[in-house]
Amino acid sequence: MKSWSCKALKATKEGFGEGLIIIGEKNPDVIAIGADITASVSVNGFAKKFPQRFYSIGIAEQNGIAIAAGMALSGKLPVFASYATFAVTRALDQIRISLCYNDVHAIIGGAHAGISVGPDGATHQALEDIAMMRVLPNMIVLSPCDATQTKLAVMAAEQCQHPVYIRFGRDIVPDFTDDSMPFTIGKAQCLKEGNHVAILATGHLTWESLQAAFLLEKDNIHARVINFHTIKPIDKQAIIDASTTGLIVTAEEHQTAGGFGSAVAEVVVENCPTPMLMIGVHDRFGESGPSQVLMEKFGLTAVSIAQKIKTALSKQ
Amino acid sequence: MKTIQEIAYHIRIDILKMLNAAGSGHLGGSLDLVEIFTWLYFKEMQHRPKEPDWNDRDRLVLSIGHVAPVLYASLAHAGYFPKEELLSLRQLGSRLQGHPCRNVQLPGIELAAGSLGQGVGVAVGMALAAQHDHSPQRIFCIMGDGELQEGSVWEAFMSAAHYHLNHFIAIIDRNGVQIDGTTEQVMALEPLSDKLKSFGLHVEECNGNDFFDLENTFNHIKSIQNQPIAIIANTKMGYGVPEIEGNNQWHGKVPNNEEVVRFIQTLRK
Repeated sequence: MKSWSCKALKATKEGFGEGLIIIGEKNPDVIAIGADITASVSVNGFAKKFPQRFYSIGIAEQNGIAIAAGMALSGKLPVFASYATFAVTRALDQIRISLCYNDVHAIIGGAHAGISVGPDGATHQALEDIAMMRVLPNMIVLSPCDATQTKLAVMAAEQCQHPVYIRFGRDIVPDFTDDSMPFTIGKAQCLKEGNHVAILATGHLTWESLQAAFLLEKDNIHARVINFHTIKPIDKQAIIDASTTGLIVTAEEHQTAGGFGSAVAEVVVENCPTPMLMIGVHDRFGESGPSQVLMEKFGLTAVSIAQKIKTALSKQ
Repeated sequence: MKTIQEIAYHIRIDILKMLNAAGSGHLGGSLDLVEIFTWLYFKEMQHRPKEPDWNDRDRLVLSIGHVAPVLYASLAHAGYFPKEELLSLRQLGSRLQGHPCRNVQLPGIELAAGSLGQGVGVAVGMALAAQHDHSPQRIFCIMGDGELQEGSVWEAFMSAAHYHLNHFIAIIDRNGVQIDGTTEQVMALEPLSDKLKSFGLHVEECNGNDFFDLENTFNHIKSIQNQPIAIIANTKMGYGVPEIEGNNQWHGKVPNNEEVVRFIQTLRK
């Protein structure tokens, strides 16, 4: 089994920006729509390279999504990016009807996902976006694990025929996957084998879960680690297979209610009832603080994940 | 060859029959928009009913989805689909959903609409795409006056002016009434023309139930350059059926079997 190492520390939003330039070069219909925080969400590279294909719409997320829908209905591939809290929550009605009910091909980039946003605090830490996006018919929800995979996610989104939501973060995190790893929407990736417990992780918590798994090896606990870069459509078979370990752990930088953990639980209860441990944020807002300190406080680090798993296994 | 007045007369008859058959829906606004829809589909717009996806077509974007009956009847009369299908409005399995839907393959539907205020932003997106492609197409966005109370409408107007979108033409059905009462009681819109002008739109006012006035207005706006356009079309809710004209009780009401006969008999010609 491959061992995973950190190539560099890189924010996943950088991968989004790189992917945007790649699809911009490939597809002349790609148009980016900016909502004032263009550099902060890594759309500035595209805007500089393709100034004729960048439209600023100001601080008006509802209008940004509606305009994206109109452009998509006229044959363009619009990409609207903002902080996930605003892109998703402020414009939810426009996303539901103008994007999803019309079922147009458009990409929404949700930046600043999770509490690792850090000092800006709760208003800017998106912890509900997965829940809101994954219940919408026709919407595809992607939550890649590092910068490289975020780039691949953008490239995969360009090939879709539906609205796509891509979630990514602000803080620098380990970039550990490479371009040769195939990115297939809806197909989870087993990064480490193990049969005592299965950790199903999404976003940056995939890295933390891998590190947790290696900590658990010291106690002779063999944990499987599966990266769910796609939350919708969810890889049902990977979940059913994971249930044979006897304990399914989900890890996400998001509310467990309605989020990735809930999405997994929906499959588990119908197909393979198995004890579960949901790691994430439990019905509370985030707060200000250094990113790493917040991750520790919210129990989202490798050490904390390993400890919670040991406790859960000891109760079985 | 039917005159435009004759076409409008028959569209009104179909709207009355459709809503009677459906048993629910919105009559008042559907009736008062008949002249505007007839003018657009039969005189003004460049479009091909047998080639509904023709790329350079002018687009009619319905922002107030609840007046779907006037859209469906106009499309059928223009030749987009058989008129026989009109009576399936709101029935299970019908392509004529209560509010317009794109996923049922009904030719001529540009977008799904039903949440007020959204269509105008979508229309701005289409106009931006048209400008981007140097396409001659024009985007006619049919709006209600009540939906101007939605804040996102003004975001859309602001952006249309920012990008000098003269492809964008908002037609505001100024019938003055909404479900809870008059617009001025519920949330005042006046001075509406001044508000629109201050957002950078070129504003025209006309009688939206008068073909001569509509013709003059649409001819006049062809000379407007580098500016989005708003037409405040003053209408009377329920126009065409004298018995119900101006009565907001008929916003979301449908005629029963006796009323539909009487309304058709007394229709304005």
